[in-house]
Amino acid sequence: MSAADQAAVMRDHPLRRWIRAYADSRLALAGLGLLVLIVAAAIAAPWLAPQNPYDLMQLDMLDGRLPPGSVSGDGELRYLLGTDAQGRDMLSAILYGLRISVVVGVAATLLALLVGMTLGLVAGYFGGRFDALLMRVVDIQLAFPSILTAMILLALFGQGIDKIIIALVASQWAYYARTTRSVAMVEADKAYIEAARLLGLSTLRIVFRHLLPNCLPPLMVVAALQVAAAIALEATLSFLGLGLPVTEPSLGLLIANGFQYLYSGRYWISLFPGLALLLTLLALNLVADQLRDVLNPRLRKS
Amino acid sequence: MPFFILRRCLQAVNVLVVMSLLVFAGVYAIGSPLDLLVDPQATTEDLARAAAALGLDQPVWVQYGRFLSRALGGDLGDSFIHGSPAIGLILARLPATLELAVVAMLIAVGLGVPLGLWAGLHPDTVGGRTIMAGSIVGFSLPTFWVGLMLIMVFSVQLGWLPAGGRGPTTELFGLPLSVLSVEGWRHLILPATNLALFKLALIIRLTRSGTREALQQDYVRFARAKGLSTGRVVGVHVLKNILIPVVTVVGMEFGSLVAFSVVTESIFAWPGMGKLLLDSITQLDRPVVLAYLLLIVLLYIVINLVVDLVYALLDPRVGRGGSGR
Amino acid sequence: MVQLASGTQFGAHWVRVLALVLGLWTLVGTTQAAALKIGLAAEVTTVDPHFFNTGPNNAFLHHVFDSLVDVDADGRLISGLAESWVAVDATTWEFRLRKGVKFHDGSELSAEDVLFSLARPAQLTNSPGSYTSYTKPIVASQAVDRYTVRLRTATPYGPLPLDLSSIFIVSKKAVEKTGTEQFNAGPAAIGTGPFRLVAFHKGERIELARHEAYWGVRPEWDTVHFRVLASDAPRLSALLAGDVDLIEAVPTADLARLKTNPRVSVTTRTTWRTLFWHLDQFRDRSPYVTDLAGKPLDRNPLKDVRVRRAISKAINRQALVERSLEGRAVAASNINAPGIFGYNSEIAVEAYDPAGAKKLLAEAGYPEGFGLTLHGPNNRYINDAQVVQTVAQLLNRVGIRAKVETLPLSVYFGKARASEYSMALLGWGSLASDFTLRSIVGTPDADRGWGTWNWGRYSNPAVDALVQSALESVSPEQREDFARQAAKLALDDVAVIPSHHQLASWGLRKGLKYDGRVDEFTYAHEVRSVK
Repeated sequence: MSAADQAAVMRDHPLRRWIRAYADSRLALAGLGLLVLIVAAAIAAPWLAPQNPYDLMQLDMLDGRLPPGSVSGDGELRYLLGTDAQGRDMLSAILYGLRISVVVGVAATLLALLVGMTLGLVAGYFGGRFDALLMRVVDIQLAFPSILTAMILLALFGQGIDKIIIALVASQWAYYARTTRSVAMVEADKAYIEAARLLGLSTLRIVFRHLLPNCLPPLMVVAALQVAAAIALEATLSFLGLGLPVTEPSLGLLIANGFQYLYSGRYWISLFPGLALLLTLLALNLVADQLRDVLNPRLRKS
Repeated sequence: MPFFILRRCLQAVNVLVVMSLLVFAGVYAIGSPLDLLVDPQATTEDLARAAAALGLDQPVWVQYGRFLSRALGGDLGDSFIHGSPAIGLILARLPATLELAVVAMLIAVGLGVPLGLWAGLHPDTVGGRTIMAGSIVGFSLPTFWVGLMLIMVFSVQLGWLPAGGRGPTTELFGLPLSVLSVEGWRHLILPATNLALFKLALIIRLTRSGTREALQQDYVRFARAKGLSTGRVVGVHVLKNILIPVVTVVGMEFGSLVAFSVVTESIFAWPGMGKLLLDSITQLDRPVVLAYLLLIVLLYIVINLVVDLVYALLDPRVGRGGSGR
Repeated sequence: MVQLASGTQFGAHWVRVLALVLGLWTLVGTTQAAALKIGLAAEVTTVDPHFFNTGPNNAFLHHVFDSLVDVDADGRLISGLAESWVAVDATTWEFRLRKGVKFHDGSELSAEDVLFSLARPAQLTNSPGSYTSYTKPIVASQAVDRYTVRLRTATPYGPLPLDLSSIFIVSKKAVEKTGTEQFNAGPAAIGTGPFRLVAFHKGERIELARHEAYWGVRPEWDTVHFRVLASDAPRLSALLAGDVDLIEAVPTADLARLKTNPRVSVTTRTTWRTLFWHLDQFRDRSPYVTDLAGKPLDRNPLKDVRVRRAISKAINRQALVERSLEGRAVAASNINAPGIFGYNSEIAVEAYDPAGAKKLLAEAGYPEGFGLTLHGPNNRYINDAQVVQTVAQLLNRVGIRAKVETLPLSVYFGKARASEYSMALLGWGSLASDFTLRSIVGTPDADRGWGTWNWGRYSNPAVDALVQSALESVSPEQREDFARQAAKLALDDVAVIPSHHQLASWGLRKGLKYDGRVDEFTYAHEVRSVK
């Protein structure tokens, strides 16, 4: 095979095609860039942030509620985005808050994906009573607003990052289960699976090597959207006081803490974390939107 | 058709029983409401008396059994805090929440359908792109934060609108409503807008893709080629094509609007049942939490049923034997 | 007293004449009725005065009902429906009723109504928050004549008059065959208070009208409307917009801004609500005490009075009340507010002394400090989560590696009462310090109702004995003296660490005056208009 042939094959490789199709939209590229920046900032927060906002030793309550640009009482630190009531540097708190958002969003989505996908695959491939039972549970789950499920679970468990992840997984796994099942059902009837069965391949091998790859594209779209949904839900729950502890405020809790100061014009405590949250969700939605167009040929723009 | 309805009702009962069991076990595990209710000076004897009065001295399955048998008679128990039937408390707050949700839905549909249509008909214009970009931003806006920003801008900075509360209501057929007075609207408009934003974005997108799909259908192309006016094409063929998804969304999302009004109500101090739910959770008022959740599930089921029926009316091809979703 | 009674009768007559005149005026339509609109911060859940014992309920019920003994704005007992009372012997109290007191339905108050009302709390078996703890000490009651009631207690019990300030007197005739629902609907809500019930819309608003035959000082207002505005922002904006004339619990963050607003005025005063820290003093290993590496510590430093004192010294109460509480509290030395029965003014507020704290820690064998998690509620007291965080910050400065966990009240109280925490925040409001001491530092004994909120299970027989003596004193002077001694003894031991007394605030439209009350109640009949 000549180099040119190889290049041609590469060019036609699905991944290649997807990347090219994705790059079609400048808006989607901008979203991706923004997302990369946000994730990088979240990962690098301990090195970027002027202060560790979760270390009570580093906070000084005498610096509480300072407007953006103020200098700390000991003259060592400039609070670019102001401070909250506890004397926490808002910029640092937002960077650390993004970290929580990203961790919660990704962890919850991956776990929910794992649980939902596994159940969905089994149900879709084997069908039968398990399928019927699972779909009943999925129906119940989807009939119930995710925010209510999560609220009740958090009221049960108490606060904490692990607990909020569990609550999010519990309220989102059903989406994956249903998506996977419907794709798996369609694929399971196709000729190549029939052929694989006739060849005597093990069920595990068929499911994971042949069925799963075909389920992935739609699942990726769902997952991309659900990361955004998970982050928004975590923020909402924290805002309602059901999410994370006060000493480790996530973006939602930072916004909630600023609520009472809004009326007296101390806008910065709520405004900046909200903007950070908005940008994160926007970047995720832009990416997810384009992914859907790219990975789902039926909906692709003509 | 009757069989279809019957089967759905049986399913509904199943779901309700399972739901009640889960929620009962869940809310039971949170903790005892006694510590919050009983007088600080209370002795062990007082505590035992109060526990017996509320039925809390029984094992959980006995409590659930009692609850279930009474629930069959329509009695979902008395609120620990208020001492009156939980369902009554919720129903008293229902009009406020429904009014908020209905107005929000009307805003979402009233703005979303025309905007989505326009974006679908003119996809490559600046306007069309702006609408679509706007809808993505709308998807990404955290509802609760937008609520705060609305208050900051319109109440604190500009001072145009009240920051919260429901304001005066006017009775209509025994229902207290805000939409009948100017003052009521002044209180309603911010929370309703806040609640509507997310659904607005959703409806814009749905309408747009429905429109685009319709425009590519052969019969629409044919109608256009035949020289039918754009107005008529849109009015007859396109609208018909997008009606089903929009009806579905309005139906399906109405339940989630009601659920998400928890957030909006707590920001704008709207005296609806979402606020009641939050308060009841923090006060461990178990019967109210339980009744609220069951009511929401019921609402969902009813809405689903109605949506399916409307579906069947709009499009005879939709199978009546299928799961219908 | 006799003079006072005839005075009120005269007053009542006058009132009726006045009412007639006023009524005529209203008919002609030349005068506008004086109306007062109040924004409440918490929901009133019932009009049944014996059903659910909560602060907001009691505050409202005082408008419609009276008790035998009343409490003035500073928390001291004054005569209510009983014009006087006396301990006839160690276990018998005699209450002499005011004559000519009229219920809202026009019937006259008699000893029968009083006996009925005292017995009723025990009959309401479905009450979620019972009033029985106030009536329980009474083992026998008797109407000597129409205006005299005798009550017997099993053992000498000094606080009985105080207890009876919490029992509302209802009309036997109106209530006998009805239930809680009839109170909320109106027919049973017949009291002797300054206002009568016009309408009760649960969770929303309550309408009252003046009781023209009221025995006490005539309220200025023809009608009073309460609106429940539980969220801070709408309550404040209702005041600013003129929708209400008065609000309670002005949001902390807006106090400063409000004080410069020419259209409103703000009243603040110290209340009974005192916050303090409970410290685990009964376990040898405390669940939230660790070494510096975060491993459980095999001994409990909080058992050492030097460590408790060190923690107290490490708390900068002045900065705490100024910053975290934005001036809405004053530093505390006692676990009862100044002016409350049994307050000991000889105890001084612990001075902020981080160096002294470190020294004490070193003496106790913790020169490097130790790890400790502080617990507190996040939706109960003024800026409670911030208070907990600030104290944690301050403890870190003296070497105690403090962490913070705050929880919603529903979860917090359950765990705290099971003594699951090492150091936890509690706020307490009471009108007598012997009561407070019995609940907070008395050796826990659930059957007798001692130490029911003694989370750290401090136990000192000498303190118990003094509190017991106070409770058994039917002479108020003697009782107060015992209570003061008990408080001194317990706080010298740092049984708990007092933090601060909360202030309450009321926002009023210009032209109104309200002095506030130590019990945080908002009384429409104590609101006056000023020129």
